[in-house]
Amino acid sequence: MKTAGIDIGSITAKAAILEDGVILGTRIGFTGYNAGVAGRKIFEELTGELGMEVSSIDRIVSTGYGRNSVEFAHKSMTEIICHGAGAHFLDPEVRTVVDVGGQDSKALILDASGKVTDFVMNDKCAAGTGRFLEVMARALEVNLDEFGELSLHSENPAKISSICTVFAESEVISLISRGEQRENIIAGIHDSVASRVYAMAQRLAVDTPIMMTGGVARNIGVVRALERRFGSPVEVNGYAQANGAIGAAVLACSLP
Amino acid sequence: MPQTDAEKKRKFRSARRMREIMTEYYIEAKTADQTGKKVAWITSGGPVEPLIAMDVIPVYPENYGAMIGASHMGGDLCAKAEALGYSTDLCSYARADIACALEDGGPIGGLPKPDMLVCCNNICGTVMKWYEIQARLYDVPLFIFDTPFCHVDFAEEARRYVRTQIDEYIGFLEGVCKKKFDFDRSMEVGRLSLKGQRLWQDVLDAAAYRPSPMTAFDAFFFLALIVTLRGTDKVVDFYTELLEEMKERVSQGISAVENERYRLLWDNLPVWYRLKWLSDTFAAHGACLVADTYTTAWCGSMKYIDENNFIDSMAEAYTRIYLNIGVDEMAKTIFAMIDKYEVDGLVMHSNRSCKPYSFGQYDIMRMVQEKKGIPCMMLESHMVDERSFSESQTLTRIDAFMEVIRQRGPRAGTAR
Repeated sequence: MKTAGIDIGSITAKAAILEDGVILGTRIGFTGYNAGVAGRKIFEELTGELGMEVSSIDRIVSTGYGRNSVEFAHKSMTEIICHGAGAHFLDPEVRTVVDVGGQDSKALILDASGKVTDFVMNDKCAAGTGRFLEVMARALEVNLDEFGELSLHSENPAKISSICTVFAESEVISLISRGEQRENIIAGIHDSVASRVYAMAQRLAVDTPIMMTGGVARNIGVVRALERRFGSPVEVNGYAQANGAIGAAVLACSLP
Repeated sequence: MPQTDAEKKRKFRSARRMREIMTEYYIEAKTADQTGKKVAWITSGGPVEPLIAMDVIPVYPENYGAMIGASHMGGDLCAKAEALGYSTDLCSYARADIACALEDGGPIGGLPKPDMLVCCNNICGTVMKWYEIQARLYDVPLFIFDTPFCHVDFAEEARRYVRTQIDEYIGFLEGVCKKKFDFDRSMEVGRLSLKGQRLWQDVLDAAAYRPSPMTAFDAFFFLALIVTLRGTDKVVDFYTELLEEMKERVSQGISAVENERYRLLWDNLPVWYRLKWLSDTFAAHGACLVADTYTTAWCGSMKYIDENNFIDSMAEAYTRIYLNIGVDEMAKTIFAMIDKYEVDGLVMHSNRSCKPYSFGQYDIMRMVQEKKGIPCMMLESHMVDERSFSESQTLTRIDAFMEVIRQRGPRAGTAR
């Protein structure tokens, strides 16, 4: 049985295709203006890349903010459940998933069977999300992909105290104008994201192992900062950003 | 849109009567200057019975706030208050009401001007400043009824302190109304108030049946009378009728939500500008919000009322209301409701407007998960400021919450 998961996030669209419990491929692109078009495009690109016919896919589940715009999906499910299913599929031992995406962050608790037993999401605020990091990268004129690596060279992380993205940006600008080292500012930004996400996750009964998913998991600086907060390793694998789409494809297997 | 027979059946016939009563009430209040009656603005948890006994028309800025919210005027009015210098963190009822008063705007062309203000701080501290502002604006006397916070018990000192204020309150009313307080009349009003509260509790209890004949959204609507006209015959007559209708619905198996599969409990004030959206969103999951802590607050402290000694006992009844007790006590109330209504989950509204209600919610949530083992969710907003509501985020939370509940399956019903 071939299944697909389409995860339309606020910034990126992700697709994954599974066959009989094996990942055949994943793909990531930009969501852009039209979530419905983005879903179709990423799906066709991935099937094309795998040399498959679109019609050969038996079941499709959509997820993410644009989940209801993916008209060709057989079912839509929230990214909470999909990230849980994806994490359980990739590592059945995982009990806590921290997902930080473009415009929201969430934490969820899994039981041994991979069911989500509890979850929490950020409130209506971009702090502690990928968007926060994007804004800061722009202010610092650094490519976001270099953000994580750069911060590892920090010897003395700066303190970013504002919770609000806009105020934090002006704090960063004032640090720049005071001549603070870029690495230290970036490390401070990562600490700030980690502290927000950690405080949110603390509302749950966090258990280990912890896995981080979502686009921000690609940032090693945030991952390390989270590990310091949790006092525990935070697992990240190569599928972190596509995890929601993988979970959707996993859940599609049990559709009638 | 054409309605199906099932949808028609689900409509409450009492809704029409309720609208009539509320219209009559507001007409009477708005024409008080022509009929020579006095109008008092009073807080939602305030002791209204002495006003009724004095033939004063009570008017509730908070009930009006709900109207503002439901008519989607909250955002604009709050913005106007902000332009005057009031913080966005301030209660959205207060912001909207202050803006309305200054520009004679809002639904029904604004509230009738008050002859006096009665502010009871058993619901929050904001009301004191809010009512002081209005007292200055309208240049009318203000009575502040101060109810000490009851973490657990009601101390004897507190009882004496509050009881003394009832005498002061009566003296205040006699001064403004220029007539003596009729204690016999107040006994009768007290009896009617208690009767109304009992009936309201009975109405809410109908939701314990499976399927529930009503939702919390219905309760939010039918609440207006027990808040505004408590202590009158009208309330008793209306809730007697409504209770009859509930019984009929139960006996005919009319469910408020089609194919009720899951039963939920709501905590905090409603999101007034999103009632329909929330109701439809939950109903689409087969979920019925069967009960809520908010509407229950208007009958939650009747156990302290002595029918034969209303004036003395109201000191305790008005002090030990839901928002004036400790978090552990609030949690106990919620535990009892979870059991009584056999709910599958708890939906909490972190209402940035209402600090005393929202404070402690995460602790209560944790206690509920530990003691009752049911899923809980939190949504954030301001009760009438629609600018603070994020639809897609709220939808994702509700969908995910329902997915978690669905995975667990509905609670086995032992219910009637």
